[in-house]
Amino acid sequence: MKKLEIITRPFKVEAVKEALAHLGIKGMTLTDVKGFGRQMGHKEVYRGAEYEVDFLPKVKMEVILDDSLVDQAIDAVIKAARTNRVGDGKIFVYPVENAVRIRTGESGDQAI
Amino acid sequence: MEGLLELSYALDTFYFLLSGLLVMWMAAGFTMLESGLVRSKNTVEILTKNVALYSIACIMYMLVGYNIMYGDGGSIIPGISFLVSGDNTVAQVVAGGEDAPYYSNISDFFFQVVFVATAMSIISGAVAERMKLWSFLLFAVVLTGVLYPVHGYWTWGGGFLDELGYADYAGSGIVHMAGAAAALAGVILLGPRKGKYGPDGKVNAIPGANMPLATLGMLILWMGWFGFNGGSELRISDVESANAVAQVFANTNIAAASGLVVALIVSRIWFGKADLTMALNGALAGLVAITAEPSLPPMILASFIGAVGGAIVVGSIVLLDRIKIDDPVGAISAHGVAGVWGLLAVLLSNPDATLGGQLAGIAVIFVWIFGASLAVWFAIKSIMGIRVSEEEEYEGLDMVDCGMNAYPEFVGSKGAK
Repeated sequence: MKKLEIITRPFKVEAVKEALAHLGIKGMTLTDVKGFGRQMGHKEVYRGAEYEVDFLPKVKMEVILDDSLVDQAIDAVIKAARTNRVGDGKIFVYPVENAVRIRTGESGDQAI
Repeated sequence: MEGLLELSYALDTFYFLLSGLLVMWMAAGFTMLESGLVRSKNTVEILTKNVALYSIACIMYMLVGYNIMYGDGGSIIPGISFLVSGDNTVAQVVAGGEDAPYYSNISDFFFQVVFVATAMSIISGAVAERMKLWSFLLFAVVLTGVLYPVHGYWTWGGGFLDELGYADYAGSGIVHMAGAAAALAGVILLGPRKGKYGPDGKVNAIPGANMPLATLGMLILWMGWFGFNGGSELRISDVESANAVAQVFANTNIAAASGLVVALIVSRIWFGKADLTMALNGALAGLVAITAEPSLPPMILASFIGAVGGAIVVGSIVLLDRIKIDDPVGAISAHGVAGVWGLLAVLLSNPDATLGGQLAGIAVIFVWIFGASLAVWFAIKSIMGIRVSEEEEYEGLDMVDCGMNAYPEFVGSKGAK
């Protein structure tokens, strides 16, 4: 069981969600986040004074899936979220020890 | 004939009251403009300052201000008396002739009281985000009760500046530059907002919280200005006056439009992007500039006067930042610098105005209001302080002065479900 943590551009959320849904993934959690990577921030001007926008708005999507789906899911996300410009985001893969469905008490693969 | 005189008296009074109503609404314009250009943690406090200063101005002007401004005095020392009452009788009105009153005295009071409130509104934006609420309101008592009425007496009240031929139709200097001068004195004593200027001369931007409100505020001011300038014709009930009022409306409008377009283009060329806040200031600068003489210029000249106002306001805002005069809303530039330009531009269309008279008016009003304000701000600073502590400034004046947030559901657990 793995967790994919996908950092992507806010306007790519729908495309990534659709791509993952096609693989049969039934749930995910989404958070609005801010951050920077290699693109760093950029400068804007307000009333003649420059200011840096260091942290750009991104979305973090968290998905728990079976080990067998990980490679397909990564490919699907890349295909959906890539624009080829700096700032497309990242995918982190984590091992997950267990999962429990609160309503029924089911655990393991049954719970995702 | 008597019926006609009564009717025209009623019409001119009605026009005066309606103009005053429009100027009253400028309080809403300033309130929205300022609340849009400060950070959200200072919203409630700037709203409170604006509604309170308006109300204080009304009370002080009734108690003593109006009587200082329009009482009997020498050419320099104004008279003093208290409260305003009494109006014209039918007999006085229907007597006709040059000296017969043609509008109600109380309507004159109403029109004048909203002007003093406007002058005070200019100040609140410049000292925003760091001045103590009650120190500011105490200053409002002094400015609206005494300081403004004194130079008002020297000019519109018939004092020595009037005798010198100083021409200021609706108050580019008397209202706008005066407000800016008081604001400048306050800002110098107060110092800039924490974090505005870096150690090596770097100017940091502190973006305002709400651009829709700032824009609405500017448009409300633009609308109110038709009363501000249009009402200052003081009369509408004959062909000449009616034509003059129409010219004033058209000129006021075109000056604002020209100021906005020029400020927008200048900011796009200078900074690389179209800065909305500069465009808002540009419209206001155009309005302030045309206020000194909106009735005589043809529209194309009014457009030029407004356009120059829009250009100099952008330069002035950047320049004031370079010398660390922190004015969050650009009030000193839009009302002060553009006001001076407007007073000089009177010479372009008014053959009776003289350079000497205009310069004397600018110098006297500026020195009087800047000097007196500096003394009053300093006295208030010595008694109760004028600036909140550094910690309070970071927390925001809303919680410190008013104990509430503008949008409690968006800031943490307080009030959130």
